[in-house]
Amino acid sequence: MATTAEGFDAHTEDHGHHDADHKPGFFARWFMSTNHKDIGTLYLIFSIVAGIIGGAISGIMRAELAEPGIQILNSSIPFVGVGAESMDAALHHWNVLITAHGLIMVFFMVMPAMIGGFGNWFVPLMIGAPDMAFPRMNNISFWLTVVGFISLLFSMFVPGGPGGNGAGVGWTVYAPLSTSGSVGPAVDFAIFSLHLAGAGSILGATNFITTIFNMRAPGMTLHKMPLFVWSVLVTAFLLLLALPVLAAAITMLITDRNFGTTFYDAAGGGDPVLYQHLFWFFGHPEVYIMILPGFGMISQIVSTFSKKPVFGYLGMAYAMVAIGVVGFIVWAHHMYTTGLDVNTKMYFTAATMVIAVPTGVKIFSWIATMWGGSMEFKSPMVWALGFIFLFTVGGVTGVVLANGGVDDNLHDTYYVVAHFHYVLSLGAVTAMFAGFYYWFPKMSGKMHSEFLAHLHFWVFFVGVNVIFFPMHFLGLQGMPRRYPDYTAAYAYWNEIATLGYKIMAVSIVIFFINIIYALVAGKKAAPNYWGEGATTLEWTLSSPPPFHQFETLPVIDEKGQPVTA
Amino acid sequence: MAGTVNHDYHILPPDIWPLVGSLSALTFTSGMVLYMHEMANAWLVLGLGIAGLIATFFSWFSNIVKEAQTGHHTPVVQLHMRYGMILFIASEVMFFVGWFWSWFDFALFPSTISEVVGGQFPPKGIEAVMDPFSLPLLNTLILLCSGTTVTWAHHALIHGDRDGLKKGLWLTIILGVIFTCIQAYEYAHAPFGFGGNTYSSAFYMATGFHGFHVLVGTIFLIVCLVRAYKGHFTPKQHFGFEAAAWYWHFVDVVWLFLFVVVYIWGGWGAPIH
Repeated sequence: MATTAEGFDAHTEDHGHHDADHKPGFFARWFMSTNHKDIGTLYLIFSIVAGIIGGAISGIMRAELAEPGIQILNSSIPFVGVGAESMDAALHHWNVLITAHGLIMVFFMVMPAMIGGFGNWFVPLMIGAPDMAFPRMNNISFWLTVVGFISLLFSMFVPGGPGGNGAGVGWTVYAPLSTSGSVGPAVDFAIFSLHLAGAGSILGATNFITTIFNMRAPGMTLHKMPLFVWSVLVTAFLLLLALPVLAAAITMLITDRNFGTTFYDAAGGGDPVLYQHLFWFFGHPEVYIMILPGFGMISQIVSTFSKKPVFGYLGMAYAMVAIGVVGFIVWAHHMYTTGLDVNTKMYFTAATMVIAVPTGVKIFSWIATMWGGSMEFKSPMVWALGFIFLFTVGGVTGVVLANGGVDDNLHDTYYVVAHFHYVLSLGAVTAMFAGFYYWFPKMSGKMHSEFLAHLHFWVFFVGVNVIFFPMHFLGLQGMPRRYPDYTAAYAYWNEIATLGYKIMAVSIVIFFINIIYALVAGKKAAPNYWGEGATTLEWTLSSPPPFHQFETLPVIDEKGQPVTA
Repeated sequence: MAGTVNHDYHILPPDIWPLVGSLSALTFTSGMVLYMHEMANAWLVLGLGIAGLIATFFSWFSNIVKEAQTGHHTPVVQLHMRYGMILFIASEVMFFVGWFWSWFDFALFPSTISEVVGGQFPPKGIEAVMDPFSLPLLNTLILLCSGTTVTWAHHALIHGDRDGLKKGLWLTIILGVIFTCIQAYEYAHAPFGFGGNTYSSAFYMATGFHGFHVLVGTIFLIVCLVRAYKGHFTPKQHFGFEAAAWYWHFVDVVWLFLFVVVYIWGGWGAPIH
């Protein structure tokens, strides 16, 4: 039943397409694609490019923060049009950098890689489907993400807030800084960037939900679906229901800025805190959107390399559903210092703590999956173990920050920066590298170097911990986030963090060397290069799979395994 | 069998419109920025963007209709479209949640520090509101009525009554157009302007986005009418029509909420124009 790429006779039938591995020409294949694997590849390449840009921006930030005082921002950096003229310009430049870093990493790196990249590639493969439900819409989801990114780039070259070009409003785009505080067109370009990328994500979400509900292979019930597919399903629902609220919120920003409405303008009775409510009603599900597909990938990987089915499959699936549902009713824990009354803070503290329960179910089930398993420490597994550790650290500081009373002290300090980088840039990104090494040979047909992948992991692991662990100390000492300067008391740990960035940057170089090595000299990948532990449907296909797979649908038996003819 | 497609899913050939549509969307939003900041070539860029978007929608949906007419929409593909449309409407509902959220915030907690609001809702700056039981009530009846005429058309279609289908659609479209005209008249004669305080900001944006959706729904129904004249739709397969009807009912329900929450409850106690 495994469809292989070789040995087809050219064959045309009445639906007008050809044999399974006939590929269109270059332009048609990459700019007009209706193939989920090609679109997945485009998403992955796009997210790597965006990740380099967003990562380079954080390099500038770490260089500025290496020591007290302003040293980088007042030098001329042409792409944002800021010279050394004034302190205002330098500080605006800083705001532009942190805004771009946040928006790029969230909307143009993590989301495209997790959902657009791995989701597109592997959801159809894992459920035994020939493609996504809406192949054309799949493509506009991708191109809307790209033009959203271009709109954000436009914003760099036009006036923004006082002092220079670019949108310096933070990734949260809070009013009134984003309304009366920054009147230039840069902020409008940045807001429309979110509209465009958001529209793409909503269309992508409908596509994934339809595909998963409607295109599972015969015999694959919802309760036999691989956990990665479950994770994308829950993520897609979060996208579908959360993003439109953001669209409404930022549309109100546009009309406040340009057409005289007063949604967030206190003079007209509006309320900047309303913006925060609307933003975080989207923003909190958004953080689960970024991490849930990672949960799914880690489940596949831990199971594969423990050579055991995942422990507590149903609990794992419904833990993600629970995280998704509860994720919609905890948003105001981002707003403890806006003057919420005590009862509201108590509710949001309690509701937020509840999320630790299903998250704990997941962590313990991963450990229980490994327990008694025949473990193999191949590169994806090492990354997955790194994920479990780093995500747990970030989760634990999350429980600390969930307390309204504690957060009064820690809000907007580096403790928060440490927390969300542990769950995202260490958690989500580590999961993405785990997924990348797990599936790269499947996607490219070439094996990467296990040695380089392990080296990449260890250098990255050391680097990111050296960057972000000291930020807990800085936060507890009271260093505020979003400032380019600080007193000498914070100098020591900031210097250490900047050192960590250099280590992390080396690991990214190793990553690229590994990709180039694999593409140039990598051994050809077998259909199932991870062996007996890898049991999902993508391993029944060649590496890379044929251009159109599963032209005869696989049939799934009682145990969730494909029936072999 | 290798090389033979043994499934009912719709595998599509490469298509240029996703790329064109995305670039048009970027052109449109960039044109909006130029327009809002009174910069050069705003109308040119805006016009190009809108033209590109219209071309994309037209070609894209024409292709879908062609595919439907040439047998590509197997039962499972039709089911895809049902899911897709329901999910799209669900996301639209959440979009309106955002606007209602702001309305409830302003109505339940009117600002005490703003001079134009003065701790009351409708705000002090609003001298009079529309009488909800005048034109808005008429509009409510028109939309409810159009909900029944579109159901008439649907039943006619199912029973093979092509004439009833066309009549029902004609009536629905006419009622939709009348609704839009009344809404335009109401805006033109409203006792308060656009913006400046919370009431007139949230009122115009919420009812305005609803009005935009009525326009889109009307266009959707017109497309169905044209298709009905061309002989499309069978009693068994007519999802294009059903999607338009679902969308129309969604627009109808949003209006009912607007009527109750914005027109009746939101203006309660204020002098009536």
